[in-house]
Amino acid sequence: MENIATEENMAVAEHEGQQFLSFIMAEEEYGVDILSVQEIRGWEPTTAIPNAPEHVKGVINLRGTIVPIIDLRQRFGIASLEYGPTTVVIVVKVSVENTQKVIGIVVDAVSDVFSINHGSIRSAPDFGQEADLRFIKGLTNVNDKMVILLDINLLLGSEVLPDAAKLSQMIETLDKAQPTEAIA
Amino acid sequence: MDIDLSQFSQVFFEESIEGLAAMEAELLNLDVDNPDDEAINTIFRSAHSIKGGSGTFGFTAVANFTHLLETLLDEIRDGRRKMLPDHVDILLHSVDVLRGMLDALMAETEYSDPKLQELEQRLNEALGADSQTSSEATTDAEPVADTSANQIWRIRFIAGEHIMRCGNDPMLMFNELRDIGSLNVTLLTKEMPALDGYDPEACYLSWELELETDQPQEKIKEAFEWVEDECEISYEQVTTEPAEQEQAEAKTSAVVQTVTSKPQGTAKPKNTDGGSIRVSTEKIDMLINMVGELVITQAMLGQIGQQEEISQESVLMLQQGLEQLASHTRDLQESVMQIRMIPISFAFNRFPRLVRDTSQQLGKKVELIMKGEETELDKTVMEKIVDPMVHLVRNSLDHGLESPEDRVAKGKTETGSITLNAYHQGGNIVIEIIDDGAGLNTEKILNKAVEKGLVSPDEDLSDDAIHQLIFKPGFSTADAVSDLSGRGVGMDVVKRNIHELNGTIDLRSRKDEGSRFTIRLPLTLAILDGQLVRIGDHVYVVPLVSIYESLQVSQDRINRLSDEHELIRLRDEYVPVVKVFKEFGHHAEAQNIKDGLVMVVDNSNEKVGLLVDELLAQQQVVIKNLEDNYTRIPGVSGATILGNGTVALIIDVAGLVNLAGIGHSNEHAA
Repeated sequence: MENIATEENMAVAEHEGQQFLSFIMAEEEYGVDILSVQEIRGWEPTTAIPNAPEHVKGVINLRGTIVPIIDLRQRFGIASLEYGPTTVVIVVKVSVENTQKVIGIVVDAVSDVFSINHGSIRSAPDFGQEADLRFIKGLTNVNDKMVILLDINLLLGSEVLPDAAKLSQMIETLDKAQPTEAIA
Repeated sequence: MDIDLSQFSQVFFEESIEGLAAMEAELLNLDVDNPDDEAINTIFRSAHSIKGGSGTFGFTAVANFTHLLETLLDEIRDGRRKMLPDHVDILLHSVDVLRGMLDALMAETEYSDPKLQELEQRLNEALGADSQTSSEATTDAEPVADTSANQIWRIRFIAGEHIMRCGNDPMLMFNELRDIGSLNVTLLTKEMPALDGYDPEACYLSWELELETDQPQEKIKEAFEWVEDECEISYEQVTTEPAEQEQAEAKTSAVVQTVTSKPQGTAKPKNTDGGSIRVSTEKIDMLINMVGELVITQAMLGQIGQQEEISQESVLMLQQGLEQLASHTRDLQESVMQIRMIPISFAFNRFPRLVRDTSQQLGKKVELIMKGEETELDKTVMEKIVDPMVHLVRNSLDHGLESPEDRVAKGKTETGSITLNAYHQGGNIVIEIIDDGAGLNTEKILNKAVEKGLVSPDEDLSDDAIHQLIFKPGFSTADAVSDLSGRGVGMDVVKRNIHELNGTIDLRSRKDEGSRFTIRLPLTLAILDGQLVRIGDHVYVVPLVSIYESLQVSQDRINRLSDEHELIRLRDEYVPVVKVFKEFGHHAEAQNIKDGLVMVVDNSNEKVGLLVDELLAQQQVVIKNLEDNYTRIPGVSGATILGNGTVALIIDVAGLVNLAGIGHSNEHAA
């Protein structure tokens, strides 16, 4: 049932919607615009960058290009996991000040590709002055599960780190707001 | 035709700048009393091409100005006017003005320099001096820049039968006209044949257009530029005389044609952008050959790989194939590097002018000798070395060479000489700037250095050591700030620029015999000879050119200045040591100097030691940019990919020393 529904969704979205790649991190599901995703790779050891922030794991050689790898868990202030062969790196293209940068982000697992039209994106609840949560584009439901849509340019383009406490508080609030839906 | 001309304008700019360079070179070589016809022709052709091109692209100011030049040159070429020294001067200044105009057009800014009017006036005066008739006759050919109020044009456009076959579409042309004014189109179909005589691929239509526009006729013609040979087009201005316009049409198209058949000047990619580079077809053919070879080798290796069983024989073939692959790869790499290589004459070319102008200004007699102009080096390196060279040559002219009287008094020839010399040595290019002037004034330099607190008065320094002082920041011996040199930014900037290119500069000077500056540069910025070093689990690359030596230091040679700073005694010098692992926040095996290796490296002529765990291999590394996808990292100048596919960072010595906070001369380097 669910599969059919997803396929139908995708067919519709070819015309009007936007496709997202969703991934899982600390049991929450996040989505990024699929057009910004270049490829998905397994984890490989990186070359450390001296004096870099902790969430910057280092650089790798991606077919001749030097690409920095960022641990999204640490970027969000969540404790990072042990990296293993199943750890996933999503390589994304980020626009920063009119130039395009290629950056890899480490996440727990890749989940799904889904499409939604703009009408079904709800804006994130207003958290007052928390400007550092601007990178959350909105929220949506896919198969009764909440997905947090991220604006990858705002997330990786700026150096402002989101406050972990506020983020988890936000996620909690959101979960409470839709207690039945979140179980799926 | 809906063709966006702006895509060609870059080519026009490049060609024009080449043309100007050619003009300048010929003008400087010109013997005024007995000018060489070929030289005048070259100058004329350059001016002519620029005029034609700028007309096509609608740069009327450039076209009008070059038209004056062209007229003058035309008369000289035909022998109607005698070449005067004043003409050379005017023409040289015109080259400068045109350069300024082109730069302004490239940057899409307004060009406003009073010199333009002044020169136009001088040109007109020069032209008006005796042969008014000829100058007037040619003025008519000038593209008419009529920008009066709205005019109504009636255009009759009879499309040729074959117009569609050439891919021309009248719709597009009309659209273009619509962009410049309000357009009324009437379609005439009376030429349409009966159906049995109808060729479906032919065009039998004609149109009557009524265009109201404030644009000159040239602008209208542009729309039909590509079809004017095949179609019948007549223009009629509803208010004024059409006959003259007809004539003007013939002339503009003539200009357009000359552009296409423009003679190719010497290649001269200008420094304004990293944009494009001209490559000889020979070099490209070589590349294609090599890629062909590579494909063959790949196919051969692929065949071996598909065999079910690998026999002794196929292993042998595999080895052979891999060897071939290695050699092809190396060749290919070399050829690709060759593409970026251009002869240093592009940099040398500007010096005859510089020397001429400067020596006139200073009242000195100077002969410029250039050697090894065909020596090739990387385009990027060359662009960055020009400014330091200009600085050095100016210094030689200003401070080095004496006035004619002084030279005679010293028993030298009246005319001084400056030599620019370039040659390859190993993997480096060496550029020498030699003058036979007074040499460095050791006494003056020492006094100045003492005054600035760079050395203490009682220090006993060799002449060479004193000469090196001029590379210190803030050092300038000029008593008065002149237009030429002595602005306080001096040799230290030269030195730093050269260092940024991983090069070195050396100085030899003898009193009253002259000075010799020797610049040594890597042939390319893309590849670097590197020493791999290990610090804990991390591998870094140190540029080989900056390494003096590497050594183990025993405890009794280590002096502790403070908790932070330690020095080692190296023969008669004290060298500060940077603990790299500390600055980079890594774990290392060698926590203390005595446990590890100290690599003594050059940091702007100062020795600095870097504490590392182990030396690994030496190899050529391809430099990759880190800033493309990340940001600048203090102490790191770039990255490279090692044989095993992992990334290694390249150490930037100056940045690292800054991090450690022990630099003296490096406050400026950041």
